Amino acid sequence: MSNNQQIIISGLGGQGVLFITKLLAGAAMADNLPVLTSETHGMAQRGGNVISYLKIGDFSGPLIRPAKADALIALKAESFAHHSYFLKPGGLAVVNSPDPVEDDRYRVFYGDATALAEAAGNVRSENVAMLGFFLSAMKEDSHVFNPDSLARMIKETFQAKPAVATNVLSLLGSGMQLYKQR
Amino acid sequence: MNTKRLMLGNEALAYGLLKNGCQMAYAYPGTPSSEILSAVVALKKEMDLDIHAQWAVNEKVAFETAYAGAQAGLRTAVAMKQVGLNVAADPLMSSVYLGVKGGFVVISADDPGPHSSQTEQDSRLMAVMAKLPVLDPDSPRQAAELAGIAFELSEAFEIPVMLRPTTRVCHSRQSMDVEKIEMTQREAAFEKNPGRWAATPKFRLQLHKELEVKLAKIADYEPTRPRLVSGTAKGGGQAIVLSGVAAANARDIIKERNLDIPVYQVVQPFPLHKEFIKEMDTYDEILVLEETWGVIEMQLADKNRVKGKNTGFISPTGELLPENVEERICAFVGVDYQAPQITMLPGRRPTLCAGCSHRASFYAIKKAAPKGIFTSDIGCYTLGCNLGAVDTVTCMGAGISQAAGFTIAYAKNEKQPPVFSTIGDSTFFHSGIPGLIETVTKKIPYVLVILDNRTTAMTGHQPTPASGRDASGDACIAVNIPDIVKGCGVNFIKTADPYDLPAFINILKEAKAYCQENGPAVVIAEHPCLLDMDRAELKASFKKVIVNRDICDGCGYCVSQFECPALSMDNETEQVCIDPGLCTGCAVCSFVCPKGALVLENQE
Ligand code: SF4
Ligand code: SF4
Repeated sequence: MSNNQQIIISGLGGQGVLFITKLLAGAAMADNLPVLTSETHGMAQRGGNVISYLKIGDFSGPLIRPAKADALIALKAESFAHHSYFLKPGGLAVVNSPDPVEDDRYRVFYGDATALAEAAGNVRSENVAMLGFFLSAMKEDSHVFNPDSLARMIKETFQAKPAVATNVLSLLGSGMQLYKQR
Repeated sequence: MNTKRLMLGNEALAYGLLKNGCQMAYAYPGTPSSEILSAVVALKKEMDLDIHAQWAVNEKVAFETAYAGAQAGLRTAVAMKQVGLNVAADPLMSSVYLGVKGGFVVISADDPGPHSSQTEQDSRLMAVMAKLPVLDPDSPRQAAELAGIAFELSEAFEIPVMLRPTTRVCHSRQSMDVEKIEMTQREAAFEKNPGRWAATPKFRLQLHKELEVKLAKIADYEPTRPRLVSGTAKGGGQAIVLSGVAAANARDIIKERNLDIPVYQVVQPFPLHKEFIKEMDTYDEILVLEETWGVIEMQLADKNRVKGKNTGFISPTGELLPENVEERICAFVGVDYQAPQITMLPGRRPTLCAGCSHRASFYAIKKAAPKGIFTSDIGCYTLGCNLGAVDTVTCMGAGISQAAGFTIAYAKNEKQPPVFSTIGDSTFFHSGIPGLIETVTKKIPYVLVILDNRTTAMTGHQPTPASGRDASGDACIAVNIPDIVKGCGVNFIKTADPYDLPAFINILKEAKAYCQENGPAVVIAEHPCLLDMDRAELKASFKKVIVNRDICDGCGYCVSQFECPALSMDNETEQVCIDPGLCTGCAVCSFVCPKGALVLENQE
């Protein structure tokens, strides 16, 4: 298991791609790993495609080359279609989708994070549910993403709003369960 | 205090500036540079630093203000994007001749691949033209390091120094150590010397000669010497020369592929170090990887041995993505490269936010002048092209002069189309005013619509002179747009909220009729950017629109002509539907449906 991890996070503007990138980055940093991230900014206003690159370990370039990513978090099914080419053969993808997503070049898992977030009363936090989904799926590949460090990050981020922190943590948990039930 | 932080390249730059004693920082927002000044302000607050940091009305003003601080002996900085540097080109060229007392760092952020720019121009070429040294960081960490080196270099040679990051440096984040900044304050001490600071052309020739001497010495300056980053310098055979973010990408690839080849990183692309040029003479073949143009390559000159942008070995357009870097390095050293299979799908096209008042303004313009010519400008509202209400976008402020140009060009035609020009409030202040003055004195008949949403929305909501708040968010004097327009000599000035679509269309028609006889008419479309409004305010003004199922026949007019992201066609019912997650309750669509199928809930 290598400490070097290259992760793509893809979604639409306003879905919180950057938020989960920051959480993952912060958790890795808390474990003393070097982190590089990058994202596509631009003309895209709300609703456009957003992609963020997260590199943990010994890297100097901020972008990820096609066919090199260890994993992909797709916040929409269309995000998987758009950006799966970044995955290395056999790479892991978690996709937010109620319907099956298949691609035999990769290990693809799907689940309806939107429904989870809706049930929890906040459609906007489907990203956090996906983060949980990703965490448990990734466990078998790498220990770089430590759920405890992540939980600490979340508590720190929402220091001033403990109620929000509790909600986010519980959604993270249901996201993790989503993977187990798949 | 010493913490590890994930720092955005622009934050790292700000940190580097402050850590090295920058006392004055000015900027005009422009992606990818905008967060530099915001970060200076944030660090100032966090670390309680006694420095001056503000947004300026445009890049020229920002440059000149910060430059004066350096003339008075302080360390100062100015930040902008590459097309902003065009606006500041005038003071840039002169300041290099006159030089500085305190260190002066000019940050110009380039945008290869253009993610959010009109051009892919290489600011380093501006540095060559202006004859000032330029440093090219490869990462957030190096950007912070080079900010310090830039100040030292600037003071050692009394010359402004350009720092040129690119999008991938500005908008990458890297974990780095952040220490508390201890500032040593200098006091401004301007030494009057009109012979230098107000030099007449005769003395400028002398200054130019001195500048050449400085440059020759800078080409020998130890701290910015090219660095051997991998392999051994042995002469003969091949070598790779890197700079900017291409250096970061190439280093990963060289390591991953275990290539045994001398690799040099140039942090000062201009002037290129003399010793380095000599050293490169000892190699048979050199690959140069840099963005965007071949500035280092140009100085290595020998086309037979040097491969890069200018020789056509590297594409002269677009971003140098890591996969392009890998492919080119493999071709250069002669090892196999398997291109990965990429299926590119078209992405969603960018569009104005749901409820954006610009959409209402554009729709109204199309209604008021269906056969008009629509000149526009730089900002969120450039996206009005989706609505068919933006025909030209050239550069900041150009829309107004172009409105005049089209009017004059059509003067001899049998029919003259009405000309409508749109410009945002920030852009109007930046460079729209001179154009307006010009057109008033010439009585050019066109309608100028100033889209005043009280912010520079596209670059991240920096204040404008009309906002009444400064870079720190503190209250300041607000400049009144109608007063300026009046002062320019315009006599038709009306302000209205485009949300009230029918009334707004009428005002535009009135303006159109007025301008034919009297010269420019100005309509100010006033509505704050939604992203700036607080949630409670938005909630209070929310008007719920519903689809009257008996009337909507699925013609799709509202979706195609108004393009609000919250509106879409429901394939099953073949009627339009409103996405409650996206709808902001602006109710403008209720005026748009020609059949009256979109109605306010309480009026049904
Ligand atoms: S950010 Fe503001 S100005 Fe820009 S499209 Fe959205 S609502 Fe309109
Ligand atoms: S009211 Fe109509 S135009 Fe306004 S945001 Fe909602 S759907 Fe869009």
